[in-house]
Amino acid sequence: MVTFNIDGREFKAEEGQTILRVARENGIDIPTLCHHEAIEPYGACRLCIVEVSKGRRSRIVTSCLYLVEEGLEVKTNSPRVISNRKMLVELLLARCSKNKVIKELAAQMGIEQSIIRPEYLEDNDCMVCGLCVRTCEQVVGVSAISLVNRGITKEPASPFLEPARDCIGCGSCYYVCPTGAIKMEDRNGTRIIYNWKVEFKLKKCKVCGNYWAPEKQLEYIRKKWNLPDDFFDICPTCK
Amino acid sequence: MPNQLSSKQDLEALRKELIKERRPDKPLIAICNGTACRPYGCIHLTEAIKQELAKQGLENKIGLRITGCHGLCEKGPIVVIQPGDIFYQQVKLEDVPEILSETAIKGTVIDRLLHADPITGNKVVHRDEIPFYRKQVRNILGNNVEINPTKIEDYIAIGGYTALAKALLEMTPEQIIDEIKHSGLRGRGGAGFPTGSKWESCRHAPGDIKYVIVNADEGDPGAYANEGLLSGNPHSVLEGLIIGAYAIGAKQGYVYVRNEYPLALANVTLALNQAEQSGLLGDNILGSGFDFNVRINRGGGAFVCGESTALMASLEGKVGEPRAKYVHTVEKGLWNRPSDLNNVETWANVPLIINKGADWYRTLGTEHSKGTKIFSLVGKINNTGLVEVPMGITLREIIYDIGGGIWGGKRFKAVQTGGPSGGCLPESLLDLPVDFDELSKAGSMMGSGGMIVMDETTCMVDIAKYFLTFLEEESCGKCLPCREGIKRMRQVFDEITEGRGSEKDIEFLEQLSATLVDSSLCGLGQTAPNPVLTTMRYFRDEYEAHIKEKRCPAGVCKALIHYYIIEEKCPGCGLCVKECPQEAITFMGKKKPVVMDESKCIKCGVCGDVCKLDAVGKR
Repeated sequence: MVTFNIDGREFKAEEGQTILRVARENGIDIPTLCHHEAIEPYGACRLCIVEVSKGRRSRIVTSCLYLVEEGLEVKTNSPRVISNRKMLVELLLARCSKNKVIKELAAQMGIEQSIIRPEYLEDNDCMVCGLCVRTCEQVVGVSAISLVNRGITKEPASPFLEPARDCIGCGSCYYVCPTGAIKMEDRNGTRIIYNWKVEFKLKKCKVCGNYWAPEKQLEYIRKKWNLPDDFFDICPTCK
Repeated sequence: MPNQLSSKQDLEALRKELIKERRPDKPLIAICNGTACRPYGCIHLTEAIKQELAKQGLENKIGLRITGCHGLCEKGPIVVIQPGDIFYQQVKLEDVPEILSETAIKGTVIDRLLHADPITGNKVVHRDEIPFYRKQVRNILGNNVEINPTKIEDYIAIGGYTALAKALLEMTPEQIIDEIKHSGLRGRGGAGFPTGSKWESCRHAPGDIKYVIVNADEGDPGAYANEGLLSGNPHSVLEGLIIGAYAIGAKQGYVYVRNEYPLALANVTLALNQAEQSGLLGDNILGSGFDFNVRINRGGGAFVCGESTALMASLEGKVGEPRAKYVHTVEKGLWNRPSDLNNVETWANVPLIINKGADWYRTLGTEHSKGTKIFSLVGKINNTGLVEVPMGITLREIIYDIGGGIWGGKRFKAVQTGGPSGGCLPESLLDLPVDFDELSKAGSMMGSGGMIVMDETTCMVDIAKYFLTFLEEESCGKCLPCREGIKRMRQVFDEITEGRGSEKDIEFLEQLSATLVDSSLCGLGQTAPNPVLTTMRYFRDEYEAHIKEKRCPAGVCKALIHYYIIEEKCPGCGLCVKECPQEAITFMGKKKPVVMDESKCIKCGVCGDVCKLDAVGKR
């Protein structure tokens, strides 16, 4: 156990935990975009920055990656944290100037109008947090997509920008995306994920007749867990 | 190729034999085949010397040594003749017969091939008397001229691998670490972390498997210091690496060298094979019981892979992206195992310290920066090349005494150290002693060894924009502030250099810089604002001229300059009319000034370049 301090309150926690985790468990709000509990922390969006000090020198670290230490003092809302976070949100807003989630975040930070010249504002939904890619790799286990290119051209994409061959259509990328950048649609027995240029036939429930999941995804699960051939013939609602 | 060396006695016996073969009385021609001399034709020149030696029947009478970089790259190809240390520069194919018959045989000096001091114009015969070399202390680079980098025998003959034998057979790992700590050696990759402490942390980190790594991914614009060392003396780097591995307890090492350094890559690969075949790598090195192997990996062209964690990701076969270093790489580095990564130059310092002792090493340098530092001195300077100077030497000494001053008699404006992570320092700081802490205090950094000199024709706003553009392309794109922030900064510079800047821009640049420094994931983003911050700090007037007066004082930013004909100077020769690619200048008849149509002008400046009478003005 280590003892440390967040915003003037003393905490004890097991070693090896991140500041973010301890803070959230204790009701201290730290904003994040690229973080998800089921996925390894990554440190891309930097929104979770906090100011830490041990002794005189303080520095800015990302709370999603920094582990609690004995005697550590953490400030989640110091003027230095706020001014940095505000600039980070400005950068997000300039990239995703029409995105609802980002606009709300900016409004919460008190940003009414972007600091960037209007002619440079961009209209992206994706802010390259990589959650889709990391979920596909770490949770789904298929790595159908990856981050491609470098620097300002970096983006999540299917291999060679062709239809993602290994995608099973589970839609985890769609559900995990914090900014709605992944466009997915279920229509007439077909699921389309536009970002990865893929289409999947949906399975029809033998009882209710509803389409309920992509056949490829169900087959993937069935094989992985060695389930009987007819295991997914009936949807979870009818079972 | 020497036989397997299985003890210190074997090594010493071989050395004695090799020294005997290197008869000092026999004339010797040393020719630089370093990367910078190659475009000057040193390969053809080397062939010509070989042929001429055969033709004159001198093959047994005169030795030929093909070496790595000699340093004075500006004046290549470089040939040095022994005995006498006679230095010839800019040697041409037709000079070869005379060099052999006159200098190598008779010792007669050929005046036209000598170096002339760029300031006094005096001719200099001996290498050590050349001002470029006189103020240098070439502890590391000096051996480049003594050896053929492709021959392990040459390295052994000049005392190579004695430090390894001493370290493995006479010292404990703790003693080695203490020696390195006591020497005050700091990381030559730029950040200047104490090397001995890094080794100690790695040695003490829990885990049986540990790694040592050579960072040869030098990518700063204008820097080739690591290249000159790794291609010119690869064994010195390997020797340092093996000693470090023994001290740390690593059995596997890696050399990460960028693929754009073909000569360094070839020479270090050869050196590795030779060391393996000689028993200096592999099992039971020199009978010490210590086993160590090295692999060479080529970088794929990403600047960011010079960052330690990105380099390690790349070694693992993953995308070269940095990760947070809250848990240090000496504890969890390559494949999550304790890993020690040092720069090429840091490793090359190790044998020197082990051989001569930390006390000797400490005599050179300043209080907190010991030893020497290699810089690639480039830009608007007379003597471009690789220089090795004692820590604490002033910028003025490097630029004027060693570098021979500014090219073309122009005025010095700034010197950029530390590559794109470094800063631009002005004339008022020329007496700044060059060491890790002084450069940091001034807002720049040591970096891996780039030193770019700029003259009055350089626009500092344009330079800051150049570095931002470079970093924008080289940012890995993982973290938001670096990826988006550098781009936004560059856009502001586009506005300023095109005459649309406003005073608010300066404030915005300062705020954004602070966020990049504080909240970027790795060193690339954290230091990216340095060129911006230092140019705003030391050259504020240039920013103000661009923003308030819409004027580029150095005459570089195209949108802000105008060319015009100075009528009283123009005799109407028509040279500019012929050269203008836009047909913007009209010939009005002999002895009448030409007329320029500014609406057609693309500001290429060719009219001014061709005019012999300075009749083209720029404002």
